[in-house]
Amino acid sequence: MADTTVPYSTGDSKIGETTIGEMRELAARYPEGRSALLPMLHLVQSVEGRITPEGIEACAAVLGLTGAEVSAVATFYTMYKRRPVGDYHVGVCTNTLCAIMGGDLIFERLKEHLDVGNDETTEDGKITLEHLECNAACDYAPVMMVNWEFFDDMTPESATQLVDDLQAGNEVKSPRGATICTWKEAERVLAGFPDGRADEGPTGGKATLAGLRLARERNWTAPAGAQARTTDDSRKED
Amino acid sequence: MLTPVLSDNWDQIRSWQLASYQRSGGYDALRTALRMLPADVVTAVKDSGLRGRGGAGFPTGMKWSFIPQDNPKPKYLVVNADESEPGTCKDIPLMLASPHTLVEGVIISAYAIRANTAFIYVRGEVLHVIRRLQQAVVEAREAGFLGTNILGTGYDLDVIVHAGAGAYICGEETALLDSLEGRRGQPRLRPPFPAVAGLYGCPTVINNVESIASVPSIINNGADWFGSMGTEKSKGPTLYSLSGHVTRPGQYEAPMGITLRQLLELAGGIRDGHELKFWTPGGSSTPLLTAEHLDVPLDYEGVAGAGSLLGTKALQIFDETTCPVRATLRWTEFYKHESCGKCTPCREGTWWLVQILERLEAGQGDESDLEKLLDLSDNITGRSFCALADGATAPITSSIQHFKDDYLAHFTNGGCPFDPMLSTVFATAGATA
Repeated sequence: MADTTVPYSTGDSKIGETTIGEMRELAARYPEGRSALLPMLHLVQSVEGRITPEGIEACAAVLGLTGAEVSAVATFYTMYKRRPVGDYHVGVCTNTLCAIMGGDLIFERLKEHLDVGNDETTEDGKITLEHLECNAACDYAPVMMVNWEFFDDMTPESATQLVDDLQAGNEVKSPRGATICTWKEAERVLAGFPDGRADEGPTGGKATLAGLRLARERNWTAPAGAQARTTDDSRKED
Repeated sequence: MLTPVLSDNWDQIRSWQLASYQRSGGYDALRTALRMLPADVVTAVKDSGLRGRGGAGFPTGMKWSFIPQDNPKPKYLVVNADESEPGTCKDIPLMLASPHTLVEGVIISAYAIRANTAFIYVRGEVLHVIRRLQQAVVEAREAGFLGTNILGTGYDLDVIVHAGAGAYICGEETALLDSLEGRRGQPRLRPPFPAVAGLYGCPTVINNVESIASVPSIINNGADWFGSMGTEKSKGPTLYSLSGHVTRPGQYEAPMGITLRQLLELAGGIRDGHELKFWTPGGSSTPLLTAEHLDVPLDYEGVAGAGSLLGTKALQIFDETTCPVRATLRWTEFYKHESCGKCTPCREGTWWLVQILERLEAGQGDESDLEKLLDLSDNITGRSFCALADGATAPITSSIQHFKDDYLAHFTNGGCPFDPMLSTVFATAGATA
């Protein structure tokens, strides 16, 4: 079981001139700089692996706010973490539909398998396990997320295999996303610094295309007057 | 039966890229719109009958017309891409498969309300969707569809993709604005409405992803074409999302007013050997319906007539293996977790509801507890700034209405009489936890 206490500051903050410069860059993208606060806090996590007091003070200094004002925001949103997050943030949806379809059993199995509780990190620092609220993929229930990439139609077996692969350092791909990067790298993209991997992965999964495929099979289209479709069978996704 | 418009290019190779989108006619509507007067674009959307696809169903064109054009302050367009209502899963696949449909809609809509800055506020928990939105905006800018002097018309627009940080409440439009201003996401008291005093106190339109993504098709094909689909007061094609105990869950784009019976036929029915027990028409905040509502037209009026709400057209389907008490408790825990804490009835009430429901699920209670739940719900609904609290009570009041016997069975049984294994997708695969 991971230690659940954490010192206020560890004294080894990595926030430096580079990060401060990037914070100013984010603030300059908005009509009013404070709008960049959420992205800036994502940036803090990408550098520090969590929200640190130094990160909060840096945001405050760049935006002309007090540390208390920044803390008030940081503590409101569930994606901001006070305790260090592992290389892989593994989420299991346990909102009603996913829970009933098997999410509860998957979450129980993973807690046992990884020997951690909710919002705790494995001894090796690799995996932080958390139960999630609805992640907008209900047609793929039960759903898991790794560093906020989708893992669809999960079972207790596929879930344990997934975390075993992550812990072993094997390459893992999201069925509707990219090859899994680290949590810090993901946080950098959320902050607004693209990693150039948008072209990985498919257009969508089976459920996304369920209605469209049926419409194609049965030659159903929107009424005439619709813009001529340029569907070319040779270019279709599998 | 199905009318793919928004989903029509989702099976094209690399449909998320500009080149693919343009092969499917993408950005033709933008060229057409930029040759029109902004006010005429507003009129076209008004005439189409498009109503907000984020759940409330407010007429989109009318919302745009509330922007006071004599106000000298900047105008803003904000896209609500914070899709988080339990069961709702239409905007995320749309943005993953075809982010340019949204970006083109944003440019046309911003032009219509004379905004020079637009925001796409997308929930933070969808990394790959954010990657594709970021790339689509860059591609659109490089192609001259964004930036200064768009397509030589003199119109300027900047679009900012903004990732949230995990808070269901930010899907509420005024909480979203506070969040976008770098604050805790808590709803504002209205009036003033965002059209008058929204982002930074300036006139602001906030629309759902699907609403904005529908705009290019209306400009391309005309208001009459859009209105030729759907029902008298609920027009156009829309994405219905089927999830849960159905054979082929997924996205089904059909005219407004299709019924669940028809949708289930398309999706292969309830999973083999089981029968429908209850469903949500539009996410967990819309009161539960049952098999007696299979033929209700799924438009705003039809579902309201059945005592529920169309909401986001998120059809969560549960068969007879599902315990409605467990389902209701879990949704209530969600609302408790997501209550922003601003209004007392919601902040305190959702905690009380969870405590009572936990006790009932464990079989400790009697019929008077159901009266207490209904009484509490009555004191929570309509007594807060926003609709979160109303949503929180919807599963409770509707589940007691339809499944009182299941509640009572928990008391006589001394706990839940359902086997949770039977409701899982892997129940038949012989898997165990």
